[in-house]
Amino acid sequence: MPKWFAPAAAVCFLMFVASPVLIANAPYEATMGLVQKIFYYHVPSAMTFFVAALVCGINSWRYLFGKNLHADRIAASAAELAVVFGVITLVTGPLWARKSWGVWWQWDVRLTSSLMMWMIFVAYLLVRKYGGAGSEKLAAGLALFGMANVPFVYVSVNYWRTIHPPTTVVPTLPVSMGGPFWFCLAAFLLLFVVLLQLRVRLERQRAQVDTLYLALED
Amino acid sequence: MNRQLFGALLLVLSLAPVAHAQQPPPQPQDEFVPVSELPPQDQLPSAPLLIGAYAFVWLALGGYVLSVARRLNTVQRELERLDTDVKKGSRA
Repeated sequence: MPKWFAPAAAVCFLMFVASPVLIANAPYEATMGLVQKIFYYHVPSAMTFFVAALVCGINSWRYLFGKNLHADRIAASAAELAVVFGVITLVTGPLWARKSWGVWWQWDVRLTSSLMMWMIFVAYLLVRKYGGAGSEKLAAGLALFGMANVPFVYVSVNYWRTIHPPTTVVPTLPVSMGGPFWFCLAAFLLLFVVLLQLRVRLERQRAQVDTLYLALED
Repeated sequence: MNRQLFGALLLVLSLAPVAHAQQPPPQPQDEFVPVSELPPQDQLPSAPLLIGAYAFVWLALGGYVLSVARRLNTVQRELERLDTDVKKGSRA
Protein backbone atom coordinates (compact mmCIF):
# COMPACT_ATOMS: atom_id res chain seq x y z
CA MET A 1 0.00 0.00 0.00
CA PRO A 2 1.29 3.53 -0.71
CA LYS A 3 2.35 5.71 2.27
CA TRP A 4 -0.63 8.04 1.91
CA PHE A 5 -3.18 5.22 2.23
CA ALA A 6 -3.39 4.84 6.06
CA PRO A 7 -3.56 8.62 6.79
CA ALA A 8 -6.12 9.10 4.01
CA ALA A 9 -8.27 6.24 5.36
CA ALA A 10 -8.06 7.68 8.89
CA VAL A 11 -8.98 11.20 7.73
CA CYS A 12 -11.86 9.78 5.69
CA PHE A 13 -13.18 7.83 8.70
CA LEU A 14 -12.99 10.93 10.91
CA MET A 15 -14.77 13.02 8.26
CA PHE A 16 -17.63 10.50 8.12
CA VAL A 17 -17.85 10.46 11.93
CA ALA A 18 -17.92 14.29 12.03
CA SER A 19 -20.39 14.71 9.16
CA PRO A 20 -23.63 13.96 11.13
CA VAL A 21 -22.71 16.73 13.61
CA LEU A 22 -22.29 19.28 10.79
CA ILE A 23 -25.49 18.09 9.11
CA ALA A 24 -27.45 18.31 12.38
CA ASN A 25 -26.24 21.91 12.84
CA ALA A 26 -27.15 22.94 9.28
CA PRO A 27 -30.41 24.95 9.04
CA TYR A 28 -33.71 23.36 8.02
CA GLU A 29 -34.78 24.03 4.45
CA ALA A 30 -37.91 26.25 4.36
CA THR A 31 -40.37 23.99 2.52
CA MET A 32 -39.01 20.46 3.04
CA GLY A 33 -37.82 20.74 6.65
CA LEU A 34 -35.97 17.84 8.29
CA VAL A 35 -36.14 15.37 5.39
CA GLN A 36 -34.10 17.72 3.16
CA LYS A 37 -31.05 16.78 5.25
CA ILE A 38 -30.85 13.54 3.22
CA PHE A 39 -29.40 15.90 0.59
CA TYR A 40 -26.02 16.00 2.42
CA TYR A 41 -25.36 12.31 1.65
CA HIS A 42 -27.59 11.86 -1.43
CA VAL A 43 -25.93 14.45 -3.68
CA PRO A 44 -22.30 13.62 -2.71
CA SER A 45 -23.01 9.92 -3.34
CA ALA A 46 -24.52 10.82 -6.74
CA MET A 47 -21.45 12.93 -7.61
CA THR A 48 -19.15 10.08 -6.52
CA PHE A 49 -21.26 7.76 -8.69
CA PHE A 50 -20.52 10.09 -11.65
CA VAL A 51 -16.79 10.22 -10.80
CA ALA A 52 -16.65 6.40 -10.57
CA ALA A 53 -18.39 6.12 -13.95
CA LEU A 54 -15.93 8.57 -15.52
CA VAL A 55 -12.90 6.79 -14.01
CA CYS A 56 -14.25 3.46 -15.27
CA GLY A 57 -14.94 4.85 -18.76
CA ILE A 58 -11.59 6.62 -19.16
CA ASN A 59 -9.64 3.57 -18.01
CA SER A 60 -11.73 1.27 -20.23
CA TRP A 61 -10.76 3.53 -23.14
CA ARG A 62 -7.07 3.23 -22.13
CA TYR A 63 -7.46 -0.55 -21.95
CA LEU A 64 -9.32 -0.90 -25.27
CA PHE A 65 -7.10 1.41 -27.34
CA GLY A 66 -3.82 1.36 -25.37
CA LYS A 67 -3.80 -2.33 -24.28
CA ASN A 68 -3.05 -1.11 -20.74
CA LEU A 69 -3.79 -3.98 -18.30
CA HIS A 70 -3.43 -1.78 -15.21
CA ALA A 71 -6.10 0.53 -16.66
CA ASP A 72 -8.42 -2.48 -16.97
CA ARG A 73 -7.94 -3.25 -13.27
CA ILE A 74 -8.77 0.36 -12.36
CA ALA A 75 -11.83 0.23 -14.63
CA ALA A 76 -13.14 -2.99 -13.04
CA SER A 77 -12.61 -1.54 -9.56
CA ALA A 78 -14.28 1.76 -10.44
CA ALA A 79 -17.27 -0.08 -11.98
CA GLU A 80 -17.89 -1.91 -8.70
CA LEU A 81 -17.69 1.41 -6.83
CA ALA A 82 -20.08 2.99 -9.36
CA VAL A 83 -22.59 0.25 -8.50
CA VAL A 84 -22.11 0.79 -4.74
CA PHE A 85 -22.46 4.61 -4.88
CA GLY A 86 -25.27 4.24 -7.42
CA VAL A 87 -27.24 2.03 -5.01
CA ILE A 88 -26.76 4.61 -2.26
CA THR A 89 -28.04 7.37 -4.59
CA LEU A 90 -30.99 5.31 -5.80
CA VAL A 91 -32.05 4.32 -2.26
CA THR A 92 -31.57 7.67 -0.47
CA GLY A 93 -33.36 9.57 -3.29
CA PRO A 94 -36.70 7.72 -2.90
CA LEU A 95 -36.53 8.07 0.90
CA TRP A 96 -36.34 11.85 0.37
CA ALA A 97 -38.95 11.79 -2.42
CA ARG A 98 -41.51 9.91 -0.30
CA LYS A 99 -41.84 12.94 1.99
CA SER A 100 -41.18 15.74 -0.53
CA TRP A 101 -43.12 14.45 -3.55
CA GLY A 102 -45.50 12.01 -1.85
CA VAL A 103 -44.23 9.05 -3.91
CA TRP A 104 -41.22 6.78 -3.68
CA TRP A 105 -40.39 6.97 -7.38
CA GLN A 106 -41.21 9.02 -10.48
CA TRP A 107 -40.28 7.86 -13.98
CA ASP A 108 -38.89 11.31 -14.79
CA VAL A 109 -35.73 11.88 -16.79
CA ARG A 110 -33.21 12.32 -13.92
CA LEU A 111 -34.34 9.28 -11.96
CA THR A 112 -34.80 7.04 -15.00
CA SER A 113 -31.49 7.99 -16.62
CA SER A 114 -29.67 7.47 -13.29
CA LEU A 115 -31.23 4.01 -12.99
CA MET A 116 -30.21 3.21 -16.60
CA MET A 117 -26.64 4.35 -15.94
CA TRP A 118 -26.49 2.21 -12.79
CA MET A 119 -27.79 -0.78 -14.76
CA ILE A 120 -25.04 -0.31 -17.36
CA PHE A 121 -22.42 -0.73 -14.61
CA VAL A 122 -24.26 -3.74 -13.17
CA ALA A 123 -24.16 -5.17 -16.71
CA TYR A 124 -20.42 -4.38 -16.85
CA LEU A 125 -19.80 -6.49 -13.72
CA LEU A 126 -22.05 -9.32 -14.93
CA VAL A 127 -20.32 -9.43 -18.34
CA ARG A 128 -16.89 -9.55 -16.69
CA LYS A 129 -17.95 -12.29 -14.29
CA TYR A 130 -19.96 -14.57 -16.57
CA GLY A 131 -18.92 -13.49 -20.09
CA GLY A 132 -16.05 -15.98 -20.43
CA ALA A 133 -12.84 -15.36 -22.37
CA GLY A 134 -12.52 -11.88 -23.87
CA SER A 135 -15.33 -10.47 -21.73
CA GLU A 136 -13.02 -7.71 -20.45
CA LYS A 137 -13.15 -6.01 -23.86
CA LEU A 138 -16.92 -6.35 -24.13
CA ALA A 139 -17.26 -4.89 -20.63
CA ALA A 140 -14.90 -2.03 -21.53
CA GLY A 141 -17.18 -1.19 -24.47
CA LEU A 142 -20.15 -1.10 -22.09
CA ALA A 143 -18.23 1.21 -19.76
CA LEU A 144 -17.80 3.73 -22.59
CA PHE A 145 -21.59 3.89 -22.93
CA GLY A 146 -21.89 4.21 -19.15
CA MET A 147 -19.44 7.12 -19.15
CA ALA A 148 -21.27 8.80 -22.05
CA ASN A 149 -24.40 8.84 -19.87
CA VAL A 150 -22.79 11.00 -17.16
CA PRO A 151 -23.22 14.46 -18.79
CA PHE A 152 -26.69 13.42 -20.01
CA VAL A 153 -27.82 12.49 -16.48
CA TYR A 154 -26.26 15.66 -15.03
CA VAL A 155 -27.89 18.19 -17.38
CA SER A 156 -31.15 16.26 -17.81
CA VAL A 157 -32.86 18.28 -15.05
CA ASN A 158 -32.14 21.53 -16.90
CA TYR A 159 -33.58 20.48 -20.27
CA TRP A 160 -36.54 18.21 -19.44
CA ARG A 161 -39.58 18.97 -17.34
CA THR A 162 -39.00 17.27 -14.00
CA ILE A 163 -39.83 17.65 -10.32
CA HIS A 164 -36.21 16.87 -9.36
CA PRO A 165 -34.28 19.98 -8.17
CA PRO A 166 -32.10 21.47 -10.98
CA THR A 167 -28.28 21.76 -11.03
CA THR A 168 -28.49 25.40 -9.88
CA VAL A 169 -29.28 24.33 -6.29
CA VAL A 170 -25.72 23.38 -5.28
CA PRO A 171 -23.86 26.52 -6.56
CA THR A 172 -26.42 28.80 -4.86
CA LEU A 173 -26.34 27.12 -1.43
CA PRO A 174 -25.96 29.58 1.48
CA VAL A 175 -22.76 29.12 3.51
CA SER A 176 -24.64 27.50 6.40
CA MET A 177 -25.78 24.70 4.07
CA GLY A 178 -22.83 24.80 1.66
CA GLY A 179 -20.24 24.15 4.40
CA PRO A 180 -21.65 20.76 5.47
CA PHE A 181 -22.39 19.87 1.84
CA TRP A 182 -18.84 20.46 0.55
CA PHE A 183 -17.45 18.70 3.63
CA CYS A 184 -19.59 15.61 2.89
CA LEU A 185 -18.64 15.74 -0.79
CA ALA A 186 -14.92 15.80 0.15
CA ALA A 187 -15.52 12.82 2.50
CA PHE A 188 -17.26 10.81 -0.24
CA LEU A 189 -14.57 11.60 -2.83
CA LEU A 190 -11.79 10.69 -0.38
CA LEU A 191 -13.63 7.46 0.41
CA PHE A 192 -13.80 6.74 -3.31
CA VAL A 193 -10.02 7.20 -3.66
CA VAL A 194 -9.35 4.96 -0.62
CA LEU A 195 -11.74 2.22 -1.75
CA LEU A 196 -10.44 2.38 -5.32
CA GLN A 197 -6.90 1.85 -4.03
CA LEU A 198 -8.03 -1.18 -1.99
CA ARG A 199 -10.03 -2.64 -4.86
CA VAL A 200 -7.21 -2.18 -7.40
CA ARG A 201 -4.91 -4.01 -4.98
CA LEU A 202 -7.40 -6.90 -4.98
CA GLU A 203 -7.38 -6.99 -8.81
CA ARG A 204 -3.56 -6.91 -8.83
CA GLN A 205 -3.37 -9.83 -6.40
CA ARG A 206 -5.91 -11.80 -8.45
CA ALA A 207 -3.69 -11.27 -11.51
CA GLN A 208 -0.70 -12.59 -9.49
CA VAL A 209 -2.73 -15.68 -8.50
CA ASP A 210 -3.52 -16.34 -12.19
CA THR A 211 0.19 -15.98 -13.06
CA LEU A 212 1.16 -18.43 -10.30
CA TYR A 213 -1.44 -20.99 -11.48
CA LEU A 214 0.05 -20.75 -14.98
CA ALA A 215 3.55 -21.19 -13.53
CA LEU A 216 2.38 -24.31 -11.64
CA GLU A 217 0.84 -25.79 -14.81
CA ASP A 218 4.13 -25.25 -16.67
CA MET B 1 -20.19 -13.81 -1.90
CA ASN B 2 -20.17 -12.37 -5.43
CA ARG B 3 -22.90 -14.79 -6.52
CA GLN B 4 -25.05 -13.64 -3.60
CA LEU B 5 -24.36 -9.99 -4.50
CA PHE B 6 -25.38 -10.52 -8.11
CA GLY B 7 -28.42 -12.50 -6.97
CA ALA B 8 -29.49 -9.58 -4.80
CA LEU B 9 -28.93 -7.10 -7.65
CA LEU B 10 -30.99 -9.21 -10.06
CA LEU B 11 -33.76 -9.43 -7.47
CA VAL B 12 -33.80 -5.62 -7.09
CA LEU B 13 -33.90 -5.16 -10.87
CA SER B 14 -36.67 -7.69 -11.34
CA LEU B 15 -38.78 -6.10 -8.58
CA ALA B 16 -38.48 -2.53 -9.93
CA PRO B 17 -41.39 -2.81 -12.43
CA VAL B 18 -43.55 -4.45 -9.73
CA ALA B 19 -42.81 -1.58 -7.34
CA HIS B 20 -43.72 0.89 -10.10
CA ALA B 21 -46.97 -0.93 -10.86
CA GLN B 22 -47.98 -0.70 -7.19
CA GLN B 23 -47.57 3.10 -7.02
CA PRO B 24 -50.48 5.24 -8.19
CA PRO B 25 -49.42 8.45 -9.98
CA PRO B 26 -49.74 11.63 -7.88
CA GLN B 27 -53.19 13.21 -8.21
CA PRO B 28 -53.78 16.97 -8.55
CA GLN B 29 -55.02 18.55 -5.32
CA ASP B 30 -58.62 19.78 -5.32
CA GLU B 31 -58.57 21.06 -1.73
CA PHE B 32 -55.99 22.07 0.88
CA VAL B 33 -56.04 20.28 4.25
CA PRO B 34 -53.87 21.45 7.18
CA VAL B 35 -51.44 18.71 8.14
CA SER B 36 -52.65 18.82 11.74
CA GLU B 37 -56.11 17.70 10.59
CA LEU B 38 -54.86 14.56 8.88
CA PRO B 39 -55.56 11.22 10.56
CA PRO B 40 -52.44 9.89 12.35
CA GLN B 41 -51.90 7.11 9.76
CA ASP B 42 -51.64 9.74 6.95
CA GLN B 43 -49.11 11.99 8.71
CA LEU B 44 -45.68 11.03 7.41
CA PRO B 45 -42.90 11.87 9.87
CA SER B 46 -39.53 12.85 8.38
CA ALA B 47 -37.29 11.36 11.07
CA PRO B 48 -37.66 7.64 10.13
CA LEU B 49 -36.94 8.46 6.45
CA LEU B 50 -33.89 10.54 7.40
CA ILE B 51 -32.57 7.97 9.86
CA GLY B 52 -33.29 5.19 7.35
CA ALA B 53 -31.32 7.01 4.63
CA TYR B 54 -28.27 7.62 6.84
CA ALA B 55 -28.38 4.12 8.32
CA PHE B 56 -28.54 2.63 4.83
CA VAL B 57 -25.51 4.66 3.67
CA TRP B 58 -23.42 3.63 6.69
CA LEU B 59 -24.46 -0.03 6.44
CA ALA B 60 -23.89 -0.18 2.67
CA LEU B 61 -20.44 1.41 2.89
CA GLY B 62 -19.46 -0.67 5.96
CA GLY B 63 -20.67 -3.85 4.27
CA TYR B 64 -18.71 -3.04 1.12
CA VAL B 65 -15.51 -2.31 3.06
CA LEU B 66 -15.90 -5.65 4.90
CA SER B 67 -16.54 -7.46 1.62
CA VAL B 68 -13.37 -6.02 0.02
CA ALA B 69 -11.33 -6.82 3.17
CA ARG B 70 -12.62 -10.42 3.17
CA ARG B 71 -11.84 -10.87 -0.55
CA LEU B 72 -8.36 -9.38 -0.04
CA ASN B 73 -7.67 -11.83 2.81
CA THR B 74 -8.83 -14.80 0.73
CA VAL B 75 -6.66 -13.84 -2.26
CA GLN B 76 -3.71 -13.11 0.02
CA ARG B 77 -3.94 -16.61 1.55
CA GLU B 78 -4.25 -18.20 -1.90
CA LEU B 79 -1.27 -16.18 -3.10
CA GLU B 80 0.88 -17.39 -0.19
CA ARG B 81 -0.20 -21.02 -0.74
CA LEU B 82 0.56 -20.87 -4.47
CA ASP B 83 3.88 -19.16 -3.81
CA THR B 84 4.88 -22.05 -1.52
CA ASP B 85 3.71 -24.62 -4.12
CA VAL B 86 5.70 -22.92 -6.90
CA LYS B 87 8.84 -22.84 -4.70
CA LYS B 88 8.41 -26.53 -3.83
CA GLY B 89 7.92 -27.32 -7.53
CA SER B 90 11.06 -25.45 -8.57
CA ARG B 91 13.15 -27.30 -5.91
CA ALA B 92 11.91 -30.74 -7.04
